Order: sequence, then C-alpha cells, then structure tokens
Amino acid sequence: MLGYIVRRLGILVVILLGSSFILYNLAAISTNPLEQLLLSGAENVDFLIAQLTLELRLDLPPPLRYFIWLEGVLGAFTGSFDLGATREGQLVVSELAMAVPITVRLVLASTILAIILGISVGVVSALRQYSRFDYSTTFVAFLMFSLPVFWVAVLLKEYIAISFNNFLSQPNMSLTWIFIFSSVVAVFWAGIISGNRIRVVTVFGVALFVTAILLYLLDATDWFLAPRLGIFVIVLLSIGIAFAVTQLSMGIDNRNALYAALSVAAFGAVSYFPLNMLFDDVTGFSGFALIGLGFVVVSGLIGLAFARIDRGPIVRTTSITGLVVYLLISYDQYLQVWYDYIRFGSVSYRPIPTVGQTNSLLQFEENVTYWIRSLDVLVHLILPTMALTLISFAGYIRYSRGTMLEVLNQDYIRTARAKGLNERTVVMRHAFQNTMIPITTIMVVDFAGVIGGAIITERVFGWTGMGTLFNKAITTYDLNLLMGVFLVTGFLAVFANLVADLLYSFLDPRIRVGAGK
Amino acid sequence: MNASKPQINDADELGSIAIETQGLSQGQIVRKKFFRHKAAVISLGVLSALVVFVFSALDNKLFGFTIPGWWQFSHTDMPELNFDDCPFDSPGCPTLDAIPFLDGDGVMLGAHPFGQDDIGRDYFALVLKGTQRSLMVMVVIGIIAAFIGTVVGAVSGFFRGWIDAILMRLTDFIITIPSIIIGSVIGYHFGNLGALFLAFYLGLFAWTGLSRLIRGEFLTLREREFVDAARVAGASDRRIIFKHILPNAVGIIIVSVTLLMSGAILLETGLSYLGFGVVPPDVSLGLLVSTYQESFTIRPWLFWWPGVFIVTIALCVNFIGDGLRDAFDPRQAHKMSRKERKAAKAGVSVE
Repeated sequence: MLGYIVRRLGILVVILLGSSFILYNLAAISTNPLEQLLLSGAENVDFLIAQLTLELRLDLPPPLRYFIWLEGVLGAFTGSFDLGATREGQLVVSELAMAVPITVRLVLASTILAIILGISVGVVSALRQYSRFDYSTTFVAFLMFSLPVFWVAVLLKEYIAISFNNFLSQPNMSLTWIFIFSSVVAVFWAGIISGNRIRVVTVFGVALFVTAILLYLLDATDWFLAPRLGIFVIVLLSIGIAFAVTQLSMGIDNRNALYAALSVAAFGAVSYFPLNMLFDDVTGFSGFALIGLGFVVVSGLIGLAFARIDRGPIVRTTSITGLVVYLLISYDQYLQVWYDYIRFGSVSYRPIPTVGQTNSLLQFEENVTYWIRSLDVLVHLILPTMALTLISFAGYIRYSRGTMLEVLNQDYIRTARAKGLNERTVVMRHAFQNTMIPITTIMVVDFAGVIGGAIITERVFGWTGMGTLFNKAITTYDLNLLMGVFLVTGFLAVFANLVADLLYSFLDPRIRVGAGK
Repeated sequence: MNASKPQINDADELGSIAIETQGLSQGQIVRKKFFRHKAAVISLGVLSALVVFVFSALDNKLFGFTIPGWWQFSHTDMPELNFDDCPFDSPGCPTLDAIPFLDGDGVMLGAHPFGQDDIGRDYFALVLKGTQRSLMVMVVIGIIAAFIGTVVGAVSGFFRGWIDAILMRLTDFIITIPSIIIGSVIGYHFGNLGALFLAFYLGLFAWTGLSRLIRGEFLTLREREFVDAARVAGASDRRIIFKHILPNAVGIIIVSVTLLMSGAILLETGLSYLGFGVVPPDVSLGLLVSTYQESFTIRPWLFWWPGVFIVTIALCVNFIGDGLRDAFDPRQAHKMSRKERKAAKAGVSVE
C-alpha cells in the first residue's frame, strides 16, 4: 500500500512537470509581450524593449525559460520555494496565499450543497424510476447542464437579489404573490409524493393551504424584516430533526435510537438560552466551532448513555442530530442579528449584494460583532452559491440516479428483500451505502475541477480570488502568475485523482489498490 | 416490500430485446431505439430546424458567391435607432409581438424583432450570426477532437507497449490543465484570428477524455475472438483497426463526441464571456451576453435572446447525446408502456 502511494506520488510529480511544461510553452509562444511596446511608438522604445527582455529573460527560448521557473519550484526541496514575482513585483506565493482561501470559500458551500441535494434528489428519482418526479428531475438536470453560469448569475442577481431587496423596502406580500409562491411550493411537494391522483391532489391542496397560511402569518408579523425562530419553533424543528435522522440512519422502530435522538433535541431546547448567552461572547469562528464541537460531543455522550448493543450507530445518530440542532440554534442567532444588520447605513435595507465578497464599508460601522461580520460574509455567499449549486448539482443527480438504479437491480438487493428486510434497510443500508462508493470518488475529483472552473463565477460576482489572478496573468502576459495559478489547480486535480483511487479501494474491499502490475 | 411497482425481471427483459431486434442490422436497431427516445427526437428536430433557420436567414458567402438570406439586415448594417413605444425610453426595443391578446396588435415580427443594440445594429441579425459562430465552433471542435481522440485512443489501445505509454502520458499532461485555463491561453491569443481558428486550436486540446475512452474500448475489443480470426486470416493491422475494431467502437465515439460538443459550446461562450474567445467585430453568443449583462434591468431583451439560444442548443445536443447513449447501449431494454405490459401479460396467459 505504502509503495503504491509513493509510486503514485512519483507519477503525480511527473504529470505536473509535463503539463506545466506544455502550458508554459503554450503561453510563452502564443504571444509577444514586446508587441505593445513596439506599437506604442515611445521615444526610448529600444531601451524599454531591452529592459523588458532582460526582466522576462526573453533572450532565452521558452523551453529554457521554463527551467528557470522550474528551478524556483524545485527549491521546495531545499527550503527555498519560489514561484517568482508578478510583473508588478509582488511574490506569486503571497498573492496565491491571499486568493486561494477566497476561492475555496466561494466553492465550498456550493459543493457541499450540490452534493447533498444532488444525491438525495438522484436517489429519490431512482427509487421512483419512470415517475413524474423522475422525468421532471431528468429534464431539470439536463437544463442545468446546458446553462452557462454567467447567464444564470445575471438572472439570479435580477430576480433573487434585487427583487428581494426591493421587497424588503416594502415588506408586504400581496395575496396574489402569496398564492403564486404557495402554488409553486405545492407543485413541488405534489411532484415528490408519488401515488394515485387523489393522493397527489390532496398533497397539493394541503401544501398550498399550509404554505399560504404560513406566508400570510410571516407577512403579517413583519417576519422578513426582523425574523426569528424562537424557542417554540426550535423545539418543534428539533423533534422533527430527531425523527428524520433516526429514520434515515436506524429506523424509527429502533426505540433506543429514537429516544436518544429525542433527548438530544431536548438537550438543545434546554441549552437554547445558555447558548444564546454564550454566543454573545463569541468573537471568532474558532469560538463558534469550539462550542459546536462541545455540543456534538455531549450529544454523542447522550447516545452512549442510551446505547445497549449497537453503540456505534446510536452515537452516530445522536451526533448528527446534535450537529443539525446546533446549526439550527446558530441559524436562529443569525436571524436575531439580521434586523441590526440590515439597518446599518452601509447595508440600508438591501442585504443581498450582487457583487463582492464582503461589504467593505461595514468595518466603519459601530457595534460590529462576530455575528454581524459573519452574516455579512454569508449574505455575500448567497448568490454565487446558488449559481454554482444550480450548475453542478445536475451532475450529481444524473450520476447518483444511474448508480442507484444499477445497484437496485443487483441480486443481493433482491435477496435482502426476499429475506424480509424492510424497505428502509434495503434502501439505506444495502443500496445507498454501495451507491456512495463511486459517488465519493466523483465528489473528490469534482471538487478539484470546480476550483479551476470558478474563474467565470468569480468574474460575474466580482470576487478577487484565483480567477482574478488568472485573468490578470493572461492579459498582462504574466507567466509566473499564470503558472502559479495552474500549479494550484493542476496539483489539486492530480491529487484528487490519487485520493479518489485510495478512497475507492478503502470503501470497496473488492478493489485492491496496487495489486497486479 | 416493493409490491406496488411491477418489475420486469432480467429474463423477460433479455427476451424482449431478442424478439425486438430479430433480423435487424446494427444500424436499424440503433435507429429504432433512438427514435423511441422522445426527448432526443424532439431535440434533433429542434436543432435541425434551428440550423436551417439560422443559416438561411443571413447572407452566406461561399467561394466568392453570396447566397442571399431572407432577413433584411446583416449583422453589420446600422439602421437608425428606433425609439418608438419603448419602455423606460430605452432605445431599440424589440418589435416582436408573439402574444396577440395582451395589447391587441396581433402577431408580428416588425423591423427589429429582437431590438437593436447601442449603435442601431439589428439584434436579430446579431444573435443569428452569433448562433452561427457558436454552432460552427461546436462542430469544428467536435470534428477535430473526434479525429485526434480516435487516432490517439485507437493507436495506443491497439499497439499498447511504449506507444501507449507515451501517448497516455501526453494525454495525462493535457487533461491536468483545466479546460478553461488552456482555452483562455489559446483563446486570448488566437481569438482575433476569427472563430474558425479559435475552434481549430481549441479542438487540438479537447480530445483527451475521448481518447482515454476509446483506448479502453480498444483494449477490450482487441482481445475478442473476431480480432484473432481476422489476424489468422492474414489481415493487416490497419485493416483490423479500421474494418474490425473501429465499427464496434463507433457507438462510444459518437456518444462522447456529442457530449463533448455540448461542452464545447459552453466553453466557447464562457471564453467569449471572459474576453478570451471570439472578439469584436466578430460576434458570438457569449460575447453578446457579456456585453449586455449590465443592460439587463432596462433592456432585458439584449440579454435574454443570446442566452436562450445558447441554452436551446446545449439542451438539444445533450438530449441527442442521451438518446444516442441509450440507442447504442445493448443492455438498454425498451421500457414497456403500461398498455404494452398489459398486452404482454394477457398474451402469456392466453398461451
């Protein structure tokens, strides 16, 4: 195994060497940086040319220049890693160090969302093959495949951000809008629930009615201006979460697990007020994460207390429940600061921005707590995350649907059904777990690809991550910068492949990595 | 248990395939299966109609001859800007009227159905020209990538050994570079040579995924008995590759080239959007979207139309690819409709 990894790392280095060589030469020979100078007609043009030639080493042919660049990169082994400087004199490494976290922030949330949504929709549509839901998700997935991200982004800006902001300045929904929204929601639910016509119509009616009432109440209480959940709703939601997580992971019939998860929900309710007080003192993400970790650990311990024989699964159930409940409580905290946030002069009731990664004017405001700051980051993430999720979750739908169908047609699924296991166990334990094996590997590779593909998204939303660097590198003939960006994306791509292979062999015992050959 | 859904078991399924395909050639089977995929057939119809529509509307120059199109303006004409009856006093609003009941004007195209751009050029002509460019880029990238990918994949899969090692390392090198990066590097410098050159250069780097697939297919096919038989009969390598193996791999080639083309159209529009693809005065759909994204609030038509054409083309190509994949997949059985299933059951019980 170790030998295999070492060999693969060796191949990784070779591939990166080869591809960087190709890219460097391609970029170097496809343009002439002196062209602009030659056309400029400046008086000291000869001197400028000589200077630039010296600076960029244009006297050497591109393949040789590549090795000058490579020397700096290979310095990593001698402790003097150097990607060179940009044309403006900054170090490429420090430019990258600033840009990479921003790009990661941009794609991380959308990737996670796309994975969760895509896999659940895909699995459900596989379970309901050839149903209305299946056909519509297939169509939607194909539509998403065909959407250019920059086009979607502009639509989102107009129809989500700007219209929501306009709505907030006059937060009153007309009855027509309530009806339209509720109908859309009702169609969604009716589409998911399969069954005969009467059932679908019932679902549609109930969903329409409930949503309309809910929207009316929210509207009447000015919830959109000053939203909050409150302890009562949180308790209800936590109980719902407890039931849902238990059903998915162990089945509601397992009383022990259910009681454990419900106790976690109760724990969440009890600690709601203490947590709120604790949250007021939080000054950074680490504090927030630390409290969350504590909450999840306590939830795990609750599970441990309930466990009789199946300790692992119960602890897993309660930990997941704890995590979701904790996120719910922190969501409530964000809702509480929402009203403060939108009243800031720099926000002035237009909370959903269409460009930028943070509100740069916010730092001049008073009373900016950690929660306000992170809320600011989050609202800036809304639109890019939506755009990227829309684009990339189609792939997960198609892939997880295909894999799930393949698995469901296997003999062992029939065996599992034949020996009388209930549908939940068959689907979740026998089918879903095996569906996840190929999907996991796809996820890893996809994430690396998304980082490279975020260039367009960054441009649309005016973020200054790697896409901006890349843009600058190309338009200013900055080879060092270009190669720096490529090293990050290229390394991620190759490394992701390696991780995917290792994961595959780890998850699927039939695949033995490094065997043969 | 899953009693609510009647499931066709494997034996039935295989049986139905055998009956269905009896006495038909490979081409006939594929055609039959493809035409059963409704979305794919509709897409094929829409796409062909679109191609005819787009290429017949504007003047085409072929070998010095000009074939006149049926549309009155070309994308370079600059008729006067029309300010009449426009919302927000915006210049050049569309005259297209497809909803006859709202304002009672009836259905009409008018002088500028999609409106006019800032300097008065007819947007209908611009969008159609852009669509022509995008379609052309798509086809050129597809053809070049298909050619190189097939040759590289076939050679390395068939001959294996050191040829395979070299070609596959080369593939690895290129596949590691994200397509948008390599596209931008090429596009920024060759975009001004025109869309055809851009497509040509992009095609030179788009073949890698395809060649891997074809190599895999060749690796399995070359071990089959019919290849041995051909070799024993004294066939040359070239004959084995072209006459025996390639026809068997043609399904996978067609399917992946189709999907590659839908990716190509998005790549071209993306590059043009970034400014690294087709550059003015040439037109492309991505370029139009990028130029007019700021005018969305006041002149949304400048933004909508190019986008609608991009999405339509990509969607059609994707569906056609899906239909082809089903058609070429030998495991894919015809999904029986409820009526057919009933009829089949009745037939069995009668026997």
